[in-house]
Amino acid sequence: MGDVLKRVPVREQDAHVRAANFEEVCYGYNREEAMEEASRCLNCKNAKCIQGCPVSINIPGFISKVREGDIEGAYKVIGEASALPAICGRVCPQESQCECKCIRGIKGEPVSIGKLERYVADYALEHDIKPERAKQKNGRRVAVIGSGPSGLTCAGDLAKLGYDVTVFEALHELGGVLVYGIPEFRLPKQKVVKKEIEKVRELGVNFETNVVIGKSTTIDQLIEEEKYEAVFIGSGAGLPMFMGIPGETANGVFSANEYLTRSNLMKAFDSSYDTPIAAGKKVAVVGGGNVAMDAARTALRLGAEVHIIYRRSEAELPARVEEVHHAKEEGVIFDLLTNPKEILEDENGWVKGMRVIRMELGEPDASGRRRPVEIPGSEYEIELDTVIMSLGTSPNPLIASTTKGLETNRRKCIVAEESNGQTSKACVFAGGDAVTGAATVILAMGAGKAGAKGIHEFLSGR
Amino acid sequence: MYQIRKAEKIADKIYLMDIEAPRVARHCEPGQFVIVRMDEKGERIPLTICDYNREEGIVTIVFQTVGASTYKMAGLKAGDSFRDFTGPLGRPSEFVSEDPESLSRKKFLFVAGGVGAAPVYPQVKWMKEHGISADVIVGSKTKDLLILEQEMREAAGSYYPCTDDGTYGHSGMVTSMIEELIEKGNQYDVCIAIGPVIMMKFVCLLTKKLGIPTIVSMNPIMVDGTGMCGACRLRVGDEIKFACVDGPEFDGHLVDFDNAMKRQQMYRTEEGRALLKLQEGDTHHGGCGNCGGEK
Ligand SMILES: Cc1cc2nc3c(=O)[nH]c(=O)nc-3n(C[C@H](O)[C@H](O)[C@H](O)COP(=O)(O)OP(=O)(O)OC[C@H]3O[C@@H](n4cnc5c(N)ncnc54)[C@H](O)[C@@H]3O)c2cc1C
Ligand code: FES
Repeated sequence: MGDVLKRVPVREQDAHVRAANFEEVCYGYNREEAMEEASRCLNCKNAKCIQGCPVSINIPGFISKVREGDIEGAYKVIGEASALPAICGRVCPQESQCECKCIRGIKGEPVSIGKLERYVADYALEHDIKPERAKQKNGRRVAVIGSGPSGLTCAGDLAKLGYDVTVFEALHELGGVLVYGIPEFRLPKQKVVKKEIEKVRELGVNFETNVVIGKSTTIDQLIEEEKYEAVFIGSGAGLPMFMGIPGETANGVFSANEYLTRSNLMKAFDSSYDTPIAAGKKVAVVGGGNVAMDAARTALRLGAEVHIIYRRSEAELPARVEEVHHAKEEGVIFDLLTNPKEILEDENGWVKGMRVIRMELGEPDASGRRRPVEIPGSEYEIELDTVIMSLGTSPNPLIASTTKGLETNRRKCIVAEESNGQTSKACVFAGGDAVTGAATVILAMGAGKAGAKGIHEFLSGR
Repeated sequence: MYQIRKAEKIADKIYLMDIEAPRVARHCEPGQFVIVRMDEKGERIPLTICDYNREEGIVTIVFQTVGASTYKMAGLKAGDSFRDFTGPLGRPSEFVSEDPESLSRKKFLFVAGGVGAAPVYPQVKWMKEHGISADVIVGSKTKDLLILEQEMREAAGSYYPCTDDGTYGHSGMVTSMIEELIEKGNQYDVCIAIGPVIMMKFVCLLTKKLGIPTIVSMNPIMVDGTGMCGACRLRVGDEIKFACVDGPEFDGHLVDFDNAMKRQQMYRTEEGRALLKLQEGDTHHGGCGNCGGEK
């Protein structure tokens, strides 16, 4: 056995090779590696890691099953709390949730909880272990809007309780950000996302794609005409923001959402699909979050030289450490403390460059992060043919504006109780990015769970 | 799957189809559009709604073949299906929610160019159903390309066809027809112009001079059509608007048509196509209307 202070390393695709393909970066553990890593868990009585998990998975519980080699048993333990473990094992920010609470982490490296979760979930997918269906249906209809992690979790939990659940999705594919946002090389679509969604379908959930709530029908009509007794809104983060600088409507400027949607949802990187994507020779991605990293690494794989333009320093990058590390390894160039002033167009309206300015960090602002300020006279131009804006999102007003009595806050997010998803309208519940603004998969799942609990209490109290 | 009930060619390169899509048919209003996808690997293509039958759950679409995807679509027959058919998208025309009283006092002028007659038709029909008689100008290059004439004649108060080459109706552009009507003493409170961007631009320059508020319908490049991607953004006044959620209809006197044309050029001009092919590299598979989709 190796050094107990160190985690069992996980195998990855070589950085030089993977920078040119869309195959998954991380290979994950095999059985031996998983069992060895599991043996590092101290099985704490008062397990801190569980408190760090937004859906409270019994972490020591499933890890001790892994140590015994009972992987199916481990899957059952995770399944009590999470409907999408193969996804969470890949994209959760474990370093700031469960793993940062791990006692092992005080002296050495914390247990690789995320990689163990992934191993268990992939085993279940490979061996087609089915989740348990409700023994009896109660015949009561609930509508769920959006098939992202919040909607899928809410639908799965309600179906397990016997409800007759239908998920309405605006796009032609199920999964929300899991299919159109997060790239193939981090989260395989056929191998993982599709199969996890199939498991939710096996619980008895119905899905209707190509239905835009607020357009194809409204929440009020679902309740009055289609006889749904409760509705859960999990409609996601919404519209991409732009900076408002000159040149932003030039050809060759994309939002990260458009760029990633073309590549992930419409599979533009695969030449047998009809949707094109402007690959670019020299690409700037403006922003420093997970979304920016994904856009940068996608452009890189399509053959471009890629620069991340971010106005603060490395320490403030909001992206997960692992993503920044992977991006650097693959050759993404980080132009930190730099901010765009103008996008330069050629005579035909195509991007030819960007005028940027150097920044320095000043006093901390309200968020506690040091505020970036421009260094006078430090402007310069860079040559580019593609610019990808990754500046976050603002809520889509479609649902709020078509539902009577649904309250939104100052930031136009839907107002909902954290504990049960209750909105200002009696039978309507909400959660995920639509309520919090862009956040994480696991927080959206947590909100989906809370919403299911809220709906169950509401309907069984009736 | 969404079945095609009827498919016919109504002019050179212009096709009309009736599609079974009950949810869309039940809720769509004039001014809105749909997004369709032919098959698993197809693009999401935005198309205007030309007509609808709520009882039968049928939506009528009209499209012109411009790129690889629309060429492929033209090959579909009655009995075939679309894999995806989403809508109605965008906002309904403003008049739909206007007070009927004030509406009945207004005089509307519709100006359609080319396939723009398709989205204009349900608006004119709506007007007739609400007892409003609207004047309609429909322009096309030549007589054979004039579409929906019969339908339009039935719905319009007065109908004025024009052809660029003088083979039918008024000889000349739609703008000269507008001028003629004004010279004859007609007065309009609202103009609604739908057609090629260049046509809408010139109609707006004219109506601005004439002091007639004008609405145009924009059809920029789209991907999702729900507000998520921003591909459809336009400059309107000082603001950036998303055509799929804020539009597709806008105040024509505020739209930056030159910018919109540049963005469309990405797919519609020689230079744009060449550049696109270069930029898209291996992922270029038509859509430029030029290469017929060869790899
Ligand atoms: C590129 C990218 C990378 C990310 N990486 C990570 C990561 O590594 N780790 C992590 O934890 N989080 C990550 N996130 C964030 C995470 O994906 C989101 O927080 C999470 O998906 C939110 O889930 P949700 O269910 O609230 O909404 P979404 O996943 O956005 O799903 C909402 C769904 O609702 C549909 N919808 C919207 N409006 C309507 C309507 N009117 N009618 C019907 N359907 C509608 C949408 O089409 C969509 O499918 C990333 C996000 C992006 C964009
Ligand atoms: S088409 Fe994507 S936002 Fe309008």
